Amino acid sequence: MATTARPAPKHSPDAYGEHSGLWSWLSTVDHKRIGVLYLYTALFFFMFGGVEAIIIRAQLGAPNQHLVSAEFYNQLFTMHGTTMIFLAIMPLSAAFFNFLIPLQIGARDVAFPRLNAFSYWVYLFGGIFITIPILFAVAPNDGWFGYAPLTTRAYSPGINIDFWVIGLLILGVSSLAAAFNFLTTIINLRAPGMTLMRMPMFTWMAFIVQVLLVLAFPVVTIALVFLLFDRFFGTNFYNTVSAGADPLLWQHLFWIFGHPEVYILVLPAFGLVSEVLPTYSKKPLFGYPVMVYSGILIAVLGFGVWAHHMFAVGLGPIADTFFGLTTMLIAIPTGVKIFNWIATMAQGSIRYTTAMLFGIGLVALFTIGGISGIMHASPPADLQQTDTYFIVAHFHYVLFGGSIMGIFGGIYHYFPKITGRLMDEKLGKIHFWLTVVAMNLTFFPMHFSGMLGMPRRIYTYDAGQGWDLFNAMSTAGAMIFPIAMLVFIYNFFVSRKRGEIAGSNPWGAGTLEWTIPSPPPEYNFAKIPTVTSRYPLWEGKEVDYECARINSQEGKTSADLGIVMPYSTIKPLLVALGLVTMFCGLIFARALIGVGAALMIFSLYSWLLSPLEPEHD
Amino acid sequence: MTAPATHVSAPAPHHYTTLGLDSRKVAIWAFIGSECMLFVSLISTYLIYKGRSIVGPFPHETWTDPATGHVFKPILNIPVTSASTFVLLMSSLFMVLALAAVQNKEKPKHTRGERILGSSRLWLWMTAIAGATFLGFQAFEFTSFVHEGLSIRTNLFGSSFFTLTGFHGAHVTAGVIWLVTLLAIDYRRGLGPRDSLLVDIAALYWHFVDVIWIVIFTLVYLIR
Repeated sequence: MATTARPAPKHSPDAYGEHSGLWSWLSTVDHKRIGVLYLYTALFFFMFGGVEAIIIRAQLGAPNQHLVSAEFYNQLFTMHGTTMIFLAIMPLSAAFFNFLIPLQIGARDVAFPRLNAFSYWVYLFGGIFITIPILFAVAPNDGWFGYAPLTTRAYSPGINIDFWVIGLLILGVSSLAAAFNFLTTIINLRAPGMTLMRMPMFTWMAFIVQVLLVLAFPVVTIALVFLLFDRFFGTNFYNTVSAGADPLLWQHLFWIFGHPEVYILVLPAFGLVSEVLPTYSKKPLFGYPVMVYSGILIAVLGFGVWAHHMFAVGLGPIADTFFGLTTMLIAIPTGVKIFNWIATMAQGSIRYTTAMLFGIGLVALFTIGGISGIMHASPPADLQQTDTYFIVAHFHYVLFGGSIMGIFGGIYHYFPKITGRLMDEKLGKIHFWLTVVAMNLTFFPMHFSGMLGMPRRIYTYDAGQGWDLFNAMSTAGAMIFPIAMLVFIYNFFVSRKRGEIAGSNPWGAGTLEWTIPSPPPEYNFAKIPTVTSRYPLWEGKEVDYECARINSQEGKTSADLGIVMPYSTIKPLLVALGLVTMFCGLIFARALIGVGAALMIFSLYSWLLSPLEPEHD
Repeated sequence: MTAPATHVSAPAPHHYTTLGLDSRKVAIWAFIGSECMLFVSLISTYLIYKGRSIVGPFPHETWTDPATGHVFKPILNIPVTSASTFVLLMSSLFMVLALAAVQNKEKPKHTRGERILGSSRLWLWMTAIAGATFLGFQAFEFTSFVHEGLSIRTNLFGSSFFTLTGFHGAHVTAGVIWLVTLLAIDYRRGLGPRDSLLVDIAALYWHFVDVIWIVIFTLVYLIR
């Protein structure tokens, strides 16, 4: 670890220098600091969801166990899914969107810095809101996709589902606000010369994800509003018994959101890996335009496959055929990406850093998940596999083997840019191998227990059905994850304090974010760069190198350079607090609705009527 | 539907933008795209549930309650809603005039007609009043429906109708509040060409809400 005695860069002390202390974090509008807030919060929720998973695996480790009750088990698997999707993977991606998008396109911040802070605070308060109930054993208990009519008041009378409905509505506000912000940022704040086809692949994938968020989240919002109205105001949207409601309405609305959501979860990791693989292969990304087009195609097709989650409901042969075919079609652009990553590595001078290992891990493990996905794209096969552990195996290969591997790769790759210090490679590799072993030992046997008919969401099972060994293996694998995470956390915090000083471009990468100091100054770029190529540090022209030289200088403050930065402000936090208080009022005391609304409206007007930044002279 | 985009005040020199447009203008279009999906979901649900209610009242058909023998007439009042639709459509015209008045605030005005057309306060007031009138019609419609025996709990039609039109009404309400806020700014310091972006994005939102109403009016009220 920190064996070099080089002096720390001038502005690096504690990463964010003179702006430290709690208040500066509560009132920050700096995209980098908000990114760091997202990172820490999402890692916390990732571990929280991990603890839930470990209790689940402990319960299932052997037949006929009663470690937890059936009711609490329902809460555990519901919250494990909800936490990992909405509170861990999406915000981990948001951490990278925040930190990287402005740096990769040569901007000083996102388009709406205060809205960005608002998104984070809504996420944090919403995350707390939906997580607290499990500590009191009243957590949501109907599965992460909350099928109505099961979730209506008639069948789920407690407050469990109220927390779920309202929590997801709150988190939707956060995601949508962030999506408008990033979409505008990518469209409108690109540096001169940063044409669309010169954008780094991570920013491209982020761009596609924002489009998916903008179009998919309103649909689930409406599905949730219907459910909220059914539960609180007695409407009939999901009232199949006395009002003749369609039992499939929820499923259609939910999965029209739910399938694009899968790409919302995995495309950011694809983007990260498309930065990692070229860097450590010392080769530009293979087939850049095709990577862009395949990403777009995945997003477009992603809106046309939702009913493959519903083959078992009996939509009829025409619908099943259509959705089976579109699902298989998605394998083409996805396969193109896999082959392009392999071609990127081919004949490269590969350095097996931790980030690279995680990148290669994604390519290998996601492919396994993709192949099992093609298997149940076929409706007859799906009828055998649906609601079994085979599906659990499939989507964990996609979401752990894809999203999480990519995100860990991204963390190792960008840690020096975020903190100014390198993570320890030896510990990183231990973390990687432990993760790979844990992941495969946990999830690979689920293919077999699933094929042998073990259903999802059962809290225990009888011996002698051929499931015992596979479940014991899965549980053993799950117990390795905490060890891997401990290694990671130790490495993270020790390296943050004592890691080797990174310098602006420790990996010899080619994109704009590596032209500026690590950690970047608050204004990011002293001079807004002019871009002439996809990898300005690898294949740029004189102007690129000149910009890089100016921008790599350390120790200048925004005042020195005459750069106007936005004021920090607490108002976005207050608006978020008002919003969440208002929603809390639906469950706790109606008076809170008025209090929250008043706080929200007052703070919102105060925010909108105050200037973003000092007048420019 | 779009207001002329050429009058947006140039971004301040230290804020380079790729498109040369203010980011707020880009964001409002992204927001409108998202809102489209919101209303598509609401309208689709209404159409899916159309004709599937077990009990009345129904939108276009009479219904006799088998238990009481009470006869419910078709509940939609198309003449009244046509009037409110007309008012809302006129509000879009007023909004266009308000934006033009703000953009041309500094041009000299010679005739009385030019002065009337050039009054941003007049046209913002007219837009807000037209929006509020539409909301008044909607409040009248909702209360009379409840009076006639259709509430949000009655049947699938009631649930999907009140939720769809209620969501639209909430959007009009937000628009009226936005317009009143612009008026407050106008009275405090006067809206001029440099503020035209503020009015422009409000106008885009307002026209969008109008267009959605045209779709709702056609699909819910006019098509049987």
